[in-house]
Amino acid sequence: MADHSHHVEIDKVTGTATTGHEWDGIKELNTPLPRWWIWTFYATIIWSIGYFIVYPAWPMVNGYTRGLFGYSSRAELDVDLAKLDQVRGEKMQALATASLEEIEKNPALLALARAKGKVVFGDNCAPCHGSGAAGGKGYPNLNDDDWLWGGTLEQIEKTIKFGARSGHDDGHMGNMLAFGKDGVLTKEQIVEVANYVRSLSGLSTRPGVDLAAGKQVFADNCVACHGDDAKGNQELGAPNLTDRIWLYGSDEATIIDTVTNGRAGVMPAWIGRLDPTTIKAMAVYVHSLGGGK
Amino acid sequence: MNKPLRATDLQPDDDGPLYTAQKKIYPQSVTGPFRRIKWILMAVCLGIYYFLPFVRWNRGLGAPDQAVLIDLANNRFYFFAIELWPQEIYYFTGLLIVAAIVLFLMNSLGGRVWCGYLCPQTVWTDLFYAVERFVEGDRRERMRKAGEGFKLQRAAELALKHSIWLMIAWWTGGAWVLYFADAPTLIKELVTFDAPMVAYIWIGILTFTTYTLAGFMREQVCVYMCPWPRIQAALTDEWALNVTYKYDRGEKRSSLKKAAQLRALGEPVGDCVDCNQCVAVCPTGIDIRNGPQLDCIQCGLCIDACDNVMKKIGRPTRLIGYDNDINIHRRMEGKPEIFKPIRARTVIYTVIIVAIGGAMLYKLANRTLLDVNVLHDRNPVAVRLSDGSVRNGYTVRFLNKRGFDRVVAIDVEGPPNAVIHVVGSDSITPDRPMIILGRDTTTELRVLVDSNSADDTPQSVPVTFHVTDIGLGEVASTKDVFVTP
Repeated sequence: MADHSHHVEIDKVTGTATTGHEWDGIKELNTPLPRWWIWTFYATIIWSIGYFIVYPAWPMVNGYTRGLFGYSSRAELDVDLAKLDQVRGEKMQALATASLEEIEKNPALLALARAKGKVVFGDNCAPCHGSGAAGGKGYPNLNDDDWLWGGTLEQIEKTIKFGARSGHDDGHMGNMLAFGKDGVLTKEQIVEVANYVRSLSGLSTRPGVDLAAGKQVFADNCVACHGDDAKGNQELGAPNLTDRIWLYGSDEATIIDTVTNGRAGVMPAWIGRLDPTTIKAMAVYVHSLGGGK
Repeated sequence: MNKPLRATDLQPDDDGPLYTAQKKIYPQSVTGPFRRIKWILMAVCLGIYYFLPFVRWNRGLGAPDQAVLIDLANNRFYFFAIELWPQEIYYFTGLLIVAAIVLFLMNSLGGRVWCGYLCPQTVWTDLFYAVERFVEGDRRERMRKAGEGFKLQRAAELALKHSIWLMIAWWTGGAWVLYFADAPTLIKELVTFDAPMVAYIWIGILTFTTYTLAGFMREQVCVYMCPWPRIQAALTDEWALNVTYKYDRGEKRSSLKKAAQLRALGEPVGDCVDCNQCVAVCPTGIDIRNGPQLDCIQCGLCIDACDNVMKKIGRPTRLIGYDNDINIHRRMEGKPEIFKPIRARTVIYTVIIVAIGGAMLYKLANRTLLDVNVLHDRNPVAVRLSDGSVRNGYTVRFLNKRGFDRVVAIDVEGPPNAVIHVVGSDSITPDRPMIILGRDTTTELRVLVDSNSADDTPQSVPVTFHVTDIGLGEVASTKDVFVTP
């Protein structure tokens, strides 16, 4: 216990009174808090009590105290979002009413659609197609000019809306059959047709493989979807086999795998998950990436 | 609670308190060449500041006709014939560098001339002192009044002083906002309360800061708040001219009478008669005879004060003057004074100022009114098309700094058989896209370049975009690369 009975001692250097407390020769200066500081402190305590009463604060067994104002941050958010919609309303209305072509021809609408599309693409499409839409194995690159289901604005919008093999009634349908697994073609025939297909786009073929036989296998089994000239069919999502773009890879082993086991990549339907204006913006965005027809 | 002790409560042998309250300073008025220079510079600086926004400059239709205008809403800066875009922010960087080096150069030649004559804090404080002197009287009168109790006359004086101060401060804030909008229009709006809230807020802020900094803080801004005294101490050298008390001439100090007696006997005696006039006139309240010090803003008023005294007592003037240590020592050794304005540091500063200033002037003289910038797509960098050719995507920004719309054609040069597409624009000819650039705006477009480069082409070839004004023939170009996957 400090001895409070002795007279006040003054520290020479600062001219301030000490508290009389001393530790190892070090004395404590008595520098009381300023009055304004004390009052500010009391004011904050009073303020906090008022705050507890006015705003939602205390957790209860079945919920929480609602406060006098019935304030809710969720309601505030709704108001803010409604305000945002109002601010954007006119522009979004223009986007909603304009046709896809009109949007692309109008620089202001195009910029708006691209900005909106880019954000929505990043949230919904980037997991498969990549943030820059460069795609990957099994996921089409949307910057190039090869389109399984068509690259016009309307075709892109349709694909986004209903998807491919998505289960939606209006979605694109069409599978690459498993010719090997289902026993339609022998392993030899598959090797032959794979090498023939490689030859179509100018790729080297395995020495000694009978390309004529491969051509025959192709004519007998593949033309129905890929066409006589192997240029594919966008109605069925059958890719063009004569160009330089291969969704699953162009090496012999991959093509053999494709013919043996088939392919059926799925693009989900976005209608119902995204509103029509958003889908429209995204169609324009994807089209403007460079690959659209 | 114990009352804290004051410095006067302590015994004489105490070390004294670490802190003392600010002592109020009552500078005395003075006349002389340096005071005259300060009056003239004050008039010039304040004149420019208060009236520059009203100077007109015809830039043609659709452009503002204010000579100096910082148009934040449209991101333009106008300075007489010069118009700057945000893309040309480097001019401001250059200007700031030049300003800093000019400050260094001034410092190496004449010490803190900036502080003493041109710093806004000095100029406005000086103006506020002039008002104070006009209303309350000179040093002695003010000191006497400060010691007296409350009187009606005194209250009236104080009210008058603060009203004038506030009017000056308010006008200072008002002039400030005029640089950011058309001055006559804004004044009309301010009067009718139609001006944007931000204008009133800024006027309020500047009224408050001018009033407090020039009216109350005064020399404390220089001593406690401003970093320049610390910096200039590192910049100065033994050759720099500073306001200096020539102690070789002044010491030993004595009274006028005693000095005359000693001089008659042939005894050594200094010219300083300890009249304290140099201290009385000092706006920061220092004694220059203590040597160079941080608080000295080198305004030269002590030179005027001392010269006036020297003239009266018939001694040579400039006991206090612009001088340096080298000359003090040379005089003490009986050598003639020398001044060396051309030294390594002054030459280097001058070279830097000329180089940067010259580069800026050159750039300004060759300023283009059509510009193009390009940003290469990063994801993906390049795309292989179905026919084997390669496509690169770019974001191209076109700047039309002219006051009218114009049609430009875009050409690309570099990659073999390059074909250019502009997304979302109607190309007049398919091979040579043309677009319309709005007047005084930037236009950003997505541009795709296809090249049928073979597989053995290099990974990256230079590509140049040329933008040609179809009407005027102006061409702007920018370089990037074309990448093959």
